[in-house]
Amino acid sequence: MKYFNTIIIFIFLQTTPFLLISQSFRDVPTIDFKTFEPWLKKQNDTTYVINFWATWCAPCVKELPDFEKINKKYESQKFKMLLVSLDFLRDKEKRLIPFLEKNQLRAEVTLLHAPNANVWIDIVDKSWSGAIPATLIYKNNRKVFHEGGYTFDELDQIISKLITN
Amino acid sequence: MKQIILFFFLVSLAISAAAQGYKVGDKASDFKLLNVDGTMVSMADFNEAKGFIVMFTCNHCPYSVAYEDRKIELHNKFVDLGYPVIAINPNDTVVQPQDSFSKMQERAKAKGFPYPYLIDAEQTVFKEYGATRTPHVFLLNKENNDLVVRYIGAIDNNHEDASKATEKYVESAIEALMNGKKIETEFTKAIGCTIKVKKS
Repeated sequence: MKYFNTIIIFIFLQTTPFLLISQSFRDVPTIDFKTFEPWLKKQNDTTYVINFWATWCAPCVKELPDFEKINKKYESQKFKMLLVSLDFLRDKEKRLIPFLEKNQLRAEVTLLHAPNANVWIDIVDKSWSGAIPATLIYKNNRKVFHEGGYTFDELDQIISKLITN
Repeated sequence: MKQIILFFFLVSLAISAAAQGYKVGDKASDFKLLNVDGTMVSMADFNEAKGFIVMFTCNHCPYSVAYEDRKIELHNKFVDLGYPVIAINPNDTVVQPQDSFSKMQERAKAKGFPYPYLIDAEQTVFKEYGATRTPHVFLLNKENNDLVVRYIGAIDNNHEDASKATEKYVESAIEALMNGKKIETEFTKAIGCTIKVKKS
């Protein structure tokens, strides 16, 4: 019995580091459009930044470091960023998660798996043709939607105006 | 507060100014663009055609790649019925080197594209049509002496898995045209890669 306890403790000590490591792995939920939709119209005093991107989209990947900086700058305020990946579902484990780990992205990421895009693109914004990157920034009923890339300064300007008013 | 309203007004103005191009029912212009086989191709060269499946597409975009076999099938199904595919790469090849003319030639050869694969080197054609992403289809129908836009959008409603597509928009539109029926879905949106514009 004494041995048994020792073994248990030993196993526990051996596996603890692995448990910690596995917790640091990214949890990227895969959601359908119905589950995602509430993110588009939250009515509270938080400023939301919803960015549509994919690992295969070069201009998206290029602007992500600026989004990460913005997230760091505003994270202590009433601010929430969601990076909505439109990667193919089959690429989640082999591309998306390694990409997030390699680039140490801290903003929340979710994989939107909704192939029938024609039925939901207009719900995000009528002006969106479907090309990515595309970003929705809003606070209550004030919103800015943009198809195309953003610079840090452009993001900062829009967000700071929304947050302070 | 006034400043904020003005700001949002300007942002929305900038967005609406960017949206232009053809709508369903508009007359489309012909073009003369370099094909991967070295010839110049215009729609006027196709005397027998009843219309065209003009497809803005490219090498690098995973959405375009995912549709590659379906583009070939579409062409093979409809070319003899009078509606060939004409593929056009609208991307600036400096911004996206994977879409260079030589890479286009490689891909056309490797996949055995049965249709022309043209380069919009001046980036004028995609702007006139109003293509914003790849792939982006404009179905044209010859009516009297005009080429009239009859469908704009995606090929079908499942980019990831052709077998799960429940609506084949382009096929249905052509079939409606051939049967003299109204096209049920004449405009769709889809996720795609932005068209890479030359940096000034």
